[in-house]
Amino acid sequence: MLTETLGPVLVANRGEIARRIIRTVKRMGLRAIAVHSEADADLPFVREADEAVLIGPANPAQSYLDAGKVLEAARATGARAVHPGYGFLAENAAFARAVVEAGLVWIGPAPEAIDRMGDKINARNLMEDAGVPVAAGTREPVTDLELAQKAALDIGYPVMVKTAGGGGGIGMSVAHDEEALAKAYEQAARAAARFAAAAAEGGEGDALAGPAILLERYIERARHVEVQILGLPDGTVVALGERDCSVQRRHQKVVEESPSPGITPELRERMLAAAVRAGEAVGYLGAGTVECLVDADKQDFVFLEMNTRLQVEHPVTELVTGLDLVELQLRVAAGEQPEVRPEVRGHAFEFRVYAEDPKRFFPGPGKITAWTEPAGEGVRVDSGYEEGNTVTPFYDPLMAKLCVHGETRGQALERAREAIAGFTVEGPKNNLPFCAELLDEAEFASGDYDTGLVGRMRGGRA
Amino acid sequence: MAEVRAEMVANVWKVVVKEGDTVSDGDTLVILESMKMEIPVITEDDGVVRQLKVNEGDVIQEGDLIAVIE
Repeated sequence: MLTETLGPVLVANRGEIARRIIRTVKRMGLRAIAVHSEADADLPFVREADEAVLIGPANPAQSYLDAGKVLEAARATGARAVHPGYGFLAENAAFARAVVEAGLVWIGPAPEAIDRMGDKINARNLMEDAGVPVAAGTREPVTDLELAQKAALDIGYPVMVKTAGGGGGIGMSVAHDEEALAKAYEQAARAAARFAAAAAEGGEGDALAGPAILLERYIERARHVEVQILGLPDGTVVALGERDCSVQRRHQKVVEESPSPGITPELRERMLAAAVRAGEAVGYLGAGTVECLVDADKQDFVFLEMNTRLQVEHPVTELVTGLDLVELQLRVAAGEQPEVRPEVRGHAFEFRVYAEDPKRFFPGPGKITAWTEPAGEGVRVDSGYEEGNTVTPFYDPLMAKLCVHGETRGQALERAREAIAGFTVEGPKNNLPFCAELLDEAEFASGDYDTGLVGRMRGGRA
Repeated sequence: MAEVRAEMVANVWKVVVKEGDTVSDGDTLVILESMKMEIPVITEDDGVVRQLKVNEGDVIQEGDLIAVIE
């Protein structure tokens, strides 16, 4: 199939990522169709699409997570392909299957690959069997506290407790002893129950059901480094470099950079090779990310999870490789075999501009009374909002991604400093002051930081 | 008497206490949800929940009264 026959492409997402996908779809000469909730009617992605369909109220379960409504919008508009973006239905194998069964092209990996990687326990076992290093942890779902306590003793404290389904750091926490484990277990179980309830409400209870919990050995001074892969129609998998995502609050990423300043060329080579093996082991097609934890001191790594979709921080890879990952996703989905010879040039950062206070990182939605984006050499802003829009409490707090590229890490940091100073957001609370503070932090500036950085900056409260 | 008010726009995800309950400093009264984050609302006073002004599923604004502890 040729790429021209893919359109119209329905973008089953919202905010900055819907806008970013629509941009490439239109540049490729295809029609872009947006779907949106009542709360998002005034956002730029709705206006910039060639056509937009209102699919429901603000509550995501009744709009962006409602597979039936999204498919109905695709049918009504004559869409021939569905791009899910990230989050919402992007890693929902049942939805991917329904898209394919409706005779549409799913812009993502095969539903089977999503299934195999969606369950973190399954994924972990599969990777271990494929020769990809994993942390000591549970191979079977942990379903009660007593089992969790036994497993933690086997693995050795500290342990990371997380749900087998779900993502985005929700329900994840570290336990240093048995008492903390009880709390961590309860939190994970509650998150698991919520994922299951949300899935059931969205009409696909099978995908995330079950209170399956996973325990893994926690690495104290770890960097979070992930490899971008692209699976091609002929079965080969290409690695497009890595991204370092160690600046995190509440286990969620705030700043990403590429190349990672914390790994040696030798370790990079091993990680890229392992990511290719991981992709090939599941017959991966399209863009995906293999997330790893790197032990900064030992220069060793373990597999964390695989994200079977476009990643929030994909612009970092685009800036250093010059590739358009959305275009590659579309071409691969159409059955083309693009020739990809990735060459990394310079250094790139992404700063996530969240609607949250810059001290405690608590949500601060609100109406945007002023919004001015920075511009300049090497500066790219992917935003979901503009002046006059309202950031509502219904969705994640990401308002924009401020990305910069430079010939060197130092130059990229200088450009970041200017760009952050030139970004004005008034109305909602925002973390731009935190981003500025981070640039002045010696650890971050040196590149020698780990996932505990933000916590240390906030006295252990993040 | 102490008033507990919302610090941000949020949905009321879970109401943990009911009127008449005895609570003490640090107890969770309700759990809000905003931008995919659970935010427990905690009392800083010991006392009895005299008024509870929110229900599960409500959308509340910054400054809205959640509870009165006496």
